Amino acid sequence: MSAEARTTPATALAADVRAGRRSAVEVLEEHLARIATTEGDVHAFNLVTEAHARAQAAAVDGAVSEGRDPGPLAGVPVALKDLICTRGVPTTCSSRILEGWTPPYDATVVTRLAAAGAVFVGKTNMDEFAMGSSTEHSAFGPTRNPHDLSRVPGGSSGGSAAAVAAGYAPVSLGSDTGGSIRQPAALCGVVGAKPTYGLVSRYGLVAFASSLDQIGPFTTTVADAALVLDVIGGHDPRDSTSLPDTAREKAASRLGRGVEGLRVGVISELAGAQGIATDVAARVRHAADALAGAGAKVEEVSVTSVVYGLSAYYMIAPAEASSNLARYDGVRYGLRVPGEDITDMYIATRSAGFGPEVKRRIMLGTYALSAGYYDAYYGKAQKVRTLIIQDFEEAYRSYDVLLSPTSPTTAFELGAKTSDPLTMYLNDVCTIPSNLAGHPAVSVPFGTGDDGLPVGVQVLAPALGEPVMFQVAEVLEAAVAGAPGGAK
Amino acid sequence: MSQSTYVTGADGALWEIVIGLEVHCELRTETKLFCGCRNAFGEEPNTNVCPVCLGLPGSLPVLNRQAVEYAIRIGTALHCQVQRSIFHRKNYFYPDMPKDFQISQYDIPLNADGWLELPSAKRVGIVRAHMEEDTGKTTHLGGGGRIHGAAHSLVDYNRAGVPLVEIVSAPDLRGAEEARDYVDELRAILVATGASDGKMEEGSLRVDCNVSVRRQGDTELGTRCEIKNLNSLRSLGRAIAYESARQVEVIEAGGKVAQQTRGWDEADGRTHSMRSKEEAYDYRYFPEPDLVTLDPGEEWVQNVRSSLAVMPAERRRRVAEAAGAPVSSEPVATVVRLDLDGLVVAAVAAQVDAALALRRLANEVAGQLAETGPTDMGPDAFVRLVKMEQDGELTSAQARTVLKVLVSEGGDPKAIASGLGFEAMAAGALSGVVDDVVAANPKEWERYAGGDDKLTGFFIGKIKAATGGNADLRAATELLRQRRG
Amino acid sequence: MARLARLSLTDDELHQYTSQLAGVLEHAADIEALDIEGVPPTAHPFPLVNVLRDDVVAASLDRAEVLGQAPDVDQDRFRIPRILGEAP
Ligand SMILES: [Mg+2]
Ligand SMILES: [Zn+2]
Repeated sequence: MSAEARTTPATALAADVRAGRRSAVEVLEEHLARIATTEGDVHAFNLVTEAHARAQAAAVDGAVSEGRDPGPLAGVPVALKDLICTRGVPTTCSSRILEGWTPPYDATVVTRLAAAGAVFVGKTNMDEFAMGSSTEHSAFGPTRNPHDLSRVPGGSSGGSAAAVAAGYAPVSLGSDTGGSIRQPAALCGVVGAKPTYGLVSRYGLVAFASSLDQIGPFTTTVADAALVLDVIGGHDPRDSTSLPDTAREKAASRLGRGVEGLRVGVISELAGAQGIATDVAARVRHAADALAGAGAKVEEVSVTSVVYGLSAYYMIAPAEASSNLARYDGVRYGLRVPGEDITDMYIATRSAGFGPEVKRRIMLGTYALSAGYYDAYYGKAQKVRTLIIQDFEEAYRSYDVLLSPTSPTTAFELGAKTSDPLTMYLNDVCTIPSNLAGHPAVSVPFGTGDDGLPVGVQVLAPALGEPVMFQVAEVLEAAVAGAPGGAK
Repeated sequence: MSQSTYVTGADGALWEIVIGLEVHCELRTETKLFCGCRNAFGEEPNTNVCPVCLGLPGSLPVLNRQAVEYAIRIGTALHCQVQRSIFHRKNYFYPDMPKDFQISQYDIPLNADGWLELPSAKRVGIVRAHMEEDTGKTTHLGGGGRIHGAAHSLVDYNRAGVPLVEIVSAPDLRGAEEARDYVDELRAILVATGASDGKMEEGSLRVDCNVSVRRQGDTELGTRCEIKNLNSLRSLGRAIAYESARQVEVIEAGGKVAQQTRGWDEADGRTHSMRSKEEAYDYRYFPEPDLVTLDPGEEWVQNVRSSLAVMPAERRRRVAEAAGAPVSSEPVATVVRLDLDGLVVAAVAAQVDAALALRRLANEVAGQLAETGPTDMGPDAFVRLVKMEQDGELTSAQARTVLKVLVSEGGDPKAIASGLGFEAMAAGALSGVVDDVVAANPKEWERYAGGDDKLTGFFIGKIKAATGGNADLRAATELLRQRRG
Repeated sequence: MARLARLSLTDDELHQYTSQLAGVLEHAADIEALDIEGVPPTAHPFPLVNVLRDDVVAASLDRAEVLGQAPDVDQDRFRIPRILGEAP
């Protein structure tokens, strides 16, 4: 299995379906057939919703035959990370505690995708409640990397990354709290974008860490990622943290312009230090060279506080999670394990329903918020967040975008990092700063490492800088495509 | 200094009762604080619920503008600083809370540092008046419907997410009576702002009470206990009386009052320890990441200030001034409490005797309303009646009788008076009666005319009898005086 | 801490978590090196203000659908085991 299994990009599929050259049903069946062939090995999905998808595809075809435009994603199969609420379709967060729960409502992104003609093929596997970097912390078993089944796909959105890499869908949605889209995208050799905080509504996204979570797309091309973002993005009155639409440019608005004259800063703190593998570091240098070759002004830049991002993140995210996950108490929905009294029931339910990584983070977060420790941990982490934002602001005075590795290494073996959480957490060192700052960042596949596995390069941009971010990412994509040997 | 502000110890020493109150007020919005579900009382269980107020995974809160408007009105009416504020999460596990945290305000509340003026003219400090969401309702089955001994419980989330403002007073209150006065006054203010229906019996207002005691003359505060489950003003008074006596007993026995939360048990008339400070819950407050800063700004606050109804304290001031009565006097408080102060103001406007108007309202009308409920009496009719009495067209006894009818049935005071046979005794008619009485009692008249004022009463009695009580006695006295020259 | 979070941990888990959390906290101590005196905290990446909703009724959920998700229901309410204490 390899990247050859990739599907036709969404942009092309939708164009064919809208023009009546291909039917949405035919497109869907092709993808379902691919799922049937290899999903048993990959386990990208918690649930494949064939019947639902067939009905949606038929409706898209019906619209086309009646002369109506089904929308910019007409007939495009989309896989949804299993923490995005879908009315009438179970949403588990890969946790026992939500087994059997069926949301009575759709997430805003689901409504918007459906209105654009997308066809939902299923709910993808993930680290439980998005806590993890390998998709091994799923109550339903791990997802495997389609490029090498002995390797992890990354996480927490590993199922969504694998689904696109394996050709199960040209588009999937993930969520990114500390790198959960970009890191698996890098490890699976697909494009993965985390938008500006507030660009995409979080309504219907089961919360991990509310001030960091963002939904974003996995795609096979940069143009597809921009297209999907333009469909799912935009103000939503149901999300108080959703940004107003004023002054927002379309994500796809600067595609095709090249990078002539753009200023690119390679973050020196993330380029070669902190356990970044030498083959990965080399790919980032190649990417920088490719951009310079395409006419960009490329320099190293220091963003000093990013190295503290990891520490700040591991105070803030578990703290918010400990509160967000309190509601899973066996009273209203999901799992209940009986108990003598209400407290016994709470403890029995939560102890049986949550996996070890979730419990670990709840403990950490409870500690970080507890009396006497708030100032030392959560309070301090919020100040570090301010420093990171200030340092980024400083860098963006001189550069249009920044460049770094996405993940310190290529995909690792299953089980390699599960015993030591800190080692696992270090996977996110390059991706976390964007979450803390609320800035957009995208991982673009840029050749392979020494082991022949995909390497991702991360393009970071300032708030609402998606257009320039994709503009640069597209040039990197072209550089790899134009020099398949040289890109290695 | 009322007796109930002190507890008398075993040795006869006086202990001062120090009270601070926390009042939760449900706001009269159409919808809940963070979702579009109806804010309604007494509906079928679990019908006004949605993903947000059920705390379903993925749901997010969005703040209700009208709830903020009401909260600002409350803050303004309580002379608070209305300020830029944020919401926090208060984390604790309890089944009536769908998210197992409450969205509330913590160190930066919307309203802070205000005061409220009691009818006694005493000012009570308001520490804060912050916004938060209400919880659901739990019913206990088995064990007589009480939480202890119940076999299991049932939860209805209709109330979950209803907007509340929690008003925290400074420990400025002394004794049960003043605490009740405070709640009464606060309720009147809340109703006047339009923010609350003031219905304690429906739980629209809920009171928690902090009680401590200290020896008379001490300036340090004693250790306080918080009393919960106070469902009426009566419970509040009883609980304070019980709890303050309990604390004095503890201290006098050589013990120390432990800082505790105690529940009031209406049935046995005692407070019971719920938990001590050592077991105090760690709420792990942190800024609610799903909501943004609330900063009403100068313009919004100004608009509220300029459109706010006149508050009870100001109404008392106006009545007191109009009637020449002390602002802290009982009649002034009474007419404002019963919403009768508009009638005093009307009397002033019509240039009739406002003090007389106040007296009639605070005594006769208030007494009657306590028995019969609200009245349709309009200000015009009332003012005309006062004028009739003032001008001597009716005796005070007659006026009171007419007023009674006016209050219960409404109508025109003149018509009522004539219907009752209280024909206005014209000055000429009264003069004729005086003539007759003087002629019939020549000896007494001689003495009176010679300057013996003691006989005034004799002649007035005769005139009263001759007119069947319908004479204006002041006018009659005047006629007698004129006649003797 | 586990009780506060309503979790029960086996001795093994407790031992493992304690040392793992100690490791994470030790790593987090690198923050100590930063001069954060006077730096304001960031709770939100973007300082939005006054995001408000009109006080207009929206549809609630169907009760049967709501209660259909519950582990235990009685008299149209969520049924729970006995509660040992008042709300804190
Ligand atoms: Mg409260
Ligand atoms: Zn609701």
